[in-house]
Amino acid sequence: MSKSKPTLETTFCGIPCLNPFWLASAPPTNCGEQIMRAFDAGWGGAVWKTIGAPITNVSSRYSSIDWDGRRMMGFNNIELISDRPTEVNLQEIAEVKRRYPKHVVIASLMVESKRDTWHDMVQRAEDAGADGLELNFGCPHGMSERGMGSAVGQVPEYCEQITGWVKEKARTPVIVKMTPNISDIRLPAQAAKRGGADALSAINTINSITGIDLDTFQPSPNVDGRSSHGGYCGPAVKPIALNMVQQIQADPASALPLSGIGGIGGWRDVAEFILLGCGTVQVCTAVMHYGYRIVEDMQDGLLAWMAEKGFATIDDFRGLSLPNVREWKQLNLNYQIVARIHEDLCIGCQLCYTACWDGAHQCIHLDRTSPGPDTTRTPAMIEAEAARRISTTPIPKLDAGGVGRSSAVTPLERIPRVDEDHCVGCNLCSLVCPVENCITMERVDNGLAFESWEERTAKGLVPPGAEEVMSTNT
Amino acid sequence: MSERTSFREHVTTHPEVVERFGDLHPPFDRQAAVPEANRCLYCFDAPCTTACPTHIDVPRFIKKIASGNLAGSARTILDANILGASCARACPVEVLCEGACVMHRYNKQPIQIARLQRFAMDSLHESGAPLPFEPGAETGLSVALIGAGPASLACAAELRRRGIRAHLYDARPLPGGLNTYGVAEYKLPLVESLREIEMLAQLGVDFHFETVIDAAALAELERKHDAVFLGIGLGAIHRLGIAGEELSGVTNALDLIAGYKSGALTTVPERVVVVGAGNTAIDAAIAAVRLGSTDVHIVYRRGPEQMSAFSFEYEHARDEGVKFLWHVLPIRIYGDRAVEGIELTKLVTAGDGSIVPQAGSEFSLETDLVVLSIGQGTHAGFLGDSGKNAKVELERGRILIDRATGQTSNPKFFAGGDCTNGGREVVDAVADGKRAGIGIAAWLEVQHVQV
Repeated sequence: MSKSKPTLETTFCGIPCLNPFWLASAPPTNCGEQIMRAFDAGWGGAVWKTIGAPITNVSSRYSSIDWDGRRMMGFNNIELISDRPTEVNLQEIAEVKRRYPKHVVIASLMVESKRDTWHDMVQRAEDAGADGLELNFGCPHGMSERGMGSAVGQVPEYCEQITGWVKEKARTPVIVKMTPNISDIRLPAQAAKRGGADALSAINTINSITGIDLDTFQPSPNVDGRSSHGGYCGPAVKPIALNMVQQIQADPASALPLSGIGGIGGWRDVAEFILLGCGTVQVCTAVMHYGYRIVEDMQDGLLAWMAEKGFATIDDFRGLSLPNVREWKQLNLNYQIVARIHEDLCIGCQLCYTACWDGAHQCIHLDRTSPGPDTTRTPAMIEAEAARRISTTPIPKLDAGGVGRSSAVTPLERIPRVDEDHCVGCNLCSLVCPVENCITMERVDNGLAFESWEERTAKGLVPPGAEEVMSTNT
Repeated sequence: MSERTSFREHVTTHPEVVERFGDLHPPFDRQAAVPEANRCLYCFDAPCTTACPTHIDVPRFIKKIASGNLAGSARTILDANILGASCARACPVEVLCEGACVMHRYNKQPIQIARLQRFAMDSLHESGAPLPFEPGAETGLSVALIGAGPASLACAAELRRRGIRAHLYDARPLPGGLNTYGVAEYKLPLVESLREIEMLAQLGVDFHFETVIDAAALAELERKHDAVFLGIGLGAIHRLGIAGEELSGVTNALDLIAGYKSGALTTVPERVVVVGAGNTAIDAAIAAVRLGSTDVHIVYRRGPEQMSAFSFEYEHARDEGVKFLWHVLPIRIYGDRAVEGIELTKLVTAGDGSIVPQAGSEFSLETDLVVLSIGQGTHAGFLGDSGKNAKVELERGRILIDRATGQTSNPKFFAGGDCTNGGREVVDAVADGKRAGIGIAAWLEVQHVQV
């Protein structure tokens, strides 16, 4: 691998990019002044807040989910597309492109489903100097009720048809933005590809109601006592986005250059989306939370990671993880791991114990100070013993060696023991453990060769009827 | 039953004391409490709960703060510890719940359990909601409780929840014992102790104040009631037995603390010497500093390794400017009518390991006030002489009990708190009282069945 300094410069469906970090079509890209500040901060591109049909917005527009004291783990909006005159947006696109010729400006478009209207809008956006077009087939609220946005994205035929109309006119690359509010995202993605799309972007926001006020019984965001389902995004949606990205990229009928969207807030997220095949990424919620400045560490962190891994360009690692995502029936049934608790790191919280008993397979026990392994003591028995214990405040002079200040060493009786003979290797204990590397999942060499369900079925080793059960459960 | 009793209207807190004895640990507001509550790992069989003498289910009340169920949080605390608000402020949590927190082995900062507990209890008090427990259906049984300190109060609460009447007798004009009169004001203000007892009194407790129980009165109570609980605490602070102790300007730590807390004392002289190095001595020395003394010494006959004060109390006293003199023994207090100074001698370890005065090492400290804090005696004399005449079995003045039930050698007599454990914390007394209340109810039930 070359030792040359890695670069973030890349090309996405023919568009040269200073870096793969784009702002998604959303409030952070509402006007030229904002986008120019974003470019100054280090963003490589911006997808303009969707231009098109005239709209009126409501207030309020946003709501969010906090988690464990952290704000905006999930974010929801009922804001519509740009509420500024199309002419103003187009003038500003021209101005931004004049002043930032190397930065990518994509015009996001949404108009009523008429061929001429689309042709007209494509022409005007390209005349303004946009580097490419993004067709907003994803917006899940408001616009969809008027037959636009996700109302298009949810119907493969409409996707294909409108993409086709746009391609008749467009001279720049056409990116189709996909809605996740559909049972199989590959179907509209395939349709867009059939319609001639040069690229896709995914995902748009997910239909959501973020919460209900327990005093007023009103949902949020509150618009005069009422609300409407909004579009959900932010860190909470990243796993859903990654899955849909993988689905699109793993299917030759839908795979296209893909701009990844959904919960991206830092360089680690970016790397994951690229490893699943994305060529660029788009960010909104994290910028709405912390501002354009977050791009600095996205660049810095990704470059450092690329250097560490020996990747010179984005293309060097794009899609590397795709072959590792398979159908369940192709996984190795003979791969066996068990949990190992590292006593020197264990702090004695016993969360693994309670998780294994109540949430898994009852194979972690508190018996290290028992004469022998004791798998019969239940959590209730342990709590009852504790309740009977008589404790007193230790007095330094009287109680030398008493409870006292918590020692640096976890008492042996508080360190759980894994019954490796019964551990199914589910990971749960290692997931709940608050201490890094305290519980590791270790491979057990059982001497068995790779065998998948698919292979087992082919060999006729699966009992009759089991095959049907499997297929209905997937 | 929702008998409203107001003890607080009988006290006036001196504004200067309020100002000088502000909270050592300021309260949380909601924005601080919730993230701290979320930081709690929710341990199984949590070490904090085990370390608490009253076994408050700490993770449970903390998670209720996180979930916004503050009433449930306070109820969880009170269910285990009827003086949960006092204990949140008065407990030496560094050696109890917070000392046991697994976070010491994780990112080193234990969960601030005491401040969270106070947050939950303050929220209950501010809401104006009543005590979240009802008295049990009346059984017709009654118990006399001698002393109205934490042990008796906790015992009374358990009895009332089981429908047993509780008559508390105390020599003082207000309830709470040392919880009211003996905890440093910057930890637990007197009015807060009274507020909590007012809540407890909603269970329908019968108080008999300024009533001293002697042997005859005890015999009468034993006859009238189905059981007797002894929560009599400890007696007077020991005397040094040296010349000059009768001089004006010689007092003891408990009188000093009770004096300023109840408003009887608002200033102290410039120079103060505290004799002894236990937690009470520290409280008295810091009180002297806060009341205006500029020169406060603690003198102790042993070294820092042997003092009974917790190390964080010692550090607190040093931070407040208290000076420590180790290995010194008072030999004389002198002055013309009032104290002018105290004469001390240095102590050294002799060849046989005993500690002896060092010849010729005598020196004097000029002082205006000598505060004795060298431990309390017992005052179980009214229980009869030791031996066959005694109501209950004693050991060096302490009442012997079965720790699990509080029962003494005399089955009708139960006991708990300082008079049984030699003097520990409020929370230990509450735990003793709670176990005894449950123990008495269980014992009475057996008696009832036998009848």
